[in-house]
Order: sequence, then structure tokens, then C-alpha cells
Amino acid sequence: MSTTVSQLDQVKSGPWNGGRSPFAIEYGKVMMWFFLVSDAFTFSAFLVYYGAQRFSQITWPNPDDVFQSIPGVADAGYPLVFVGIMTFILIMSSVTMVLAVEAGHRNAKKEVVGWMIATIVGGLMFLGCQALEWTHLNHEGYWWGSIPAHYEGIDKLGAQQFANLFFTITGFHGFQVTTGVIINIIILCMTLSNVFEKRGTYLMVEKVGLYWHFVDLVWVFVFTFFYLV
Amino acid sequence: MSDSNSHIEHAHDADHAAMPKRTIWKVFFYLLAITCLEFFIALVLVYNGPLEKGPLVNFTYVVLTLLKAYYIVAYFMHLKFEKMGFIVSTLIGFVLIVYFIILLLTEGSYLHIHLNHVFG
Repeated sequence: MSTTVSQLDQVKSGPWNGGRSPFAIEYGKVMMWFFLVSDAFTFSAFLVYYGAQRFSQITWPNPDDVFQSIPGVADAGYPLVFVGIMTFILIMSSVTMVLAVEAGHRNAKKEVVGWMIATIVGGLMFLGCQALEWTHLNHEGYWWGSIPAHYEGIDKLGAQQFANLFFTITGFHGFQVTTGVIINIIILCMTLSNVFEKRGTYLMVEKVGLYWHFVDLVWVFVFTFFYLV
Repeated sequence: MSDSNSHIEHAHDADHAAMPKRTIWKVFFYLLAITCLEFFIALVLVYNGPLEKGPLVNFTYVVLTLLKAYYIVAYFMHLKFEKMGFIVSTLIGFVLIVYFIILLLTEGSYLHIHLNHVFG
């Protein structure tokens, strides 16, 4: 009986008793998650406002009419095809990112480098497609504060809101893709110069991966609410 | 400092075995299949077919979108395999977003009815 430690003197070893991460996630990764939560709020606010505008306007441009060209191939008659290609590129680059993370878990530097390059190429291809799409719409007359002349009367209101919101929301998404590509390039350089090899962990690739998947996540919603609905 | 860090990294490695490549490709094909289904609805059933754009079609799109979002967040972002406490603390805030959506779409519908009298 005398050897029993009293309740108060026992060393507490629960997850919330300090000395270790209660979520079993490294600090930087938790912070990346919380950043992404705040980022998700930003994009939610944009899309909710878009929804509110669309509900309130009497008319709204039909996405099948607005987005029906494949830049460089056909001017009209192919709704959704070009954005389909963009969606595929982004999903694909998300997969190559997970594969880079998976290779990082095995400390396989060569594979991490290969998949990171594939991810960067995917990101750049997506940005190229978006640049083509923006240029095309701009030539048709859409821009912040301007719409093509064929909209008349009451149709102008909805079309103007559509143009502003389209460029703002895909612009913010494109900005996130751009920063993602830059960060991916930095991580690629760090991998190449053996920073993670020396550190013994490729956790940084995982954190950047989270940021990159978020780009894909936002695009899933943008795609639905701008192009499909 | 470095000691406590390595402790955390170790705990991390123990808790998160890397996702097998098979799972990654499986999730990729789910995402691709859902996207193809969306295109099928949009192009074959609605654009060239009998269905009209409306609440039913839009509801289907939203369900498919949320399904895709689930696969991306749960598997690609690995959230499904984190501790329950972390999943809850990440997602709880989105209850407010759902409320916000209901709130603003209601407002939008109200304006739709009442602005009609002004402009229409």
C-alpha cells in the first residue's frame, strides 16, 4: 500500500497534459489547416454573395452560351469542353501532389522531385488555360464593369453582376494557383538541395500539398456554380 | 528544443502511415467518374436532351460537388485519418457558412420578388 502513488502525484500522460501535440500533428501543419479554414471562409463569402446575386436578379446569362468556345480550336458550339479540360488538369495535378507526399513518406527524393515537377507543370497548364479563357471573354466584351453590347434592358443588370463576380472569383482562385505554383517551385528547389533529406522528414511537402489541394477544392465549387448551374 | 520536435515528428509518423498508391488512384478515379457524370448530365441530359435546368438538376450538381469535396478533403488532404478532435475543430465553423448560405439565398429570393415590381 505504501508504494502506491497518490492520485495527485501521478504523472499525467493524456493527450492534453502537455509535452506533446494533442492532435498528433506538427505545429506548422495545424497552422496550414487553420489558414485554409480562413481561406475557405473567404471563398465561401464570395460564392454565397454570387448565389445571393443570382437569386435576386431577374435574368442571368446562360453559362452554356457564355462559355462555349475552345480557344484556338472552335469559337462556338462546345459548352463545357474547355472547362472540362481545365478541371481534368487540376484534378490530375492534385493527384501528382499526393503522390509526391506519398514518396516523401518513403524519403524517396527522386520520386518527390518527379511528382513535384509534374504538379508544377499541371499548375502552369491550368494558369495558361485560364489566361486563354479570360482573354477570350475579354474579347467578347466581358470585364469588370463592362459587358457585351448585345445585352439589353433588364438583362444588363444580371450580366454585369455575372461579369464582375466571374472575374473576381476566378481571379482570386487563379491568384491562389499562382502562389501555389511559386511555393511548389520553392519546395522543389529545397528538395533538390537536400534540405529535407538533411532534416530527415519531407513534412514540408505535405504542408504545401494541403495548400495545393485547397486550390482543387475551390475549383470544384467554382466549376459547379459558374459553369454547370 | 530539437528533442521535443523529434518527439512530435515521431508521434506524427506513428499516427500517419502514408496513403497507399492504390487508394490515391482509386480516389482519382472516383473524382474523374463524378466529374464525367456531371458532364453527362450537363451535356447529354440537359444541353442536348430532355431535361430543363432547374432545382432538381441543380440539387444533383450540388450533391455531386459535395461528394467530390469530401473525397478531396478526406483522402487527398488526409483529414479522415486525423484525430477526431482536429476534424471537429476544423469543420465546426462551416456550420455558420451553412447558416450564411440559407440567410443570403432567402434575402436574394426576397429581392427577386420585390425588385421585379421596380424594374419589371
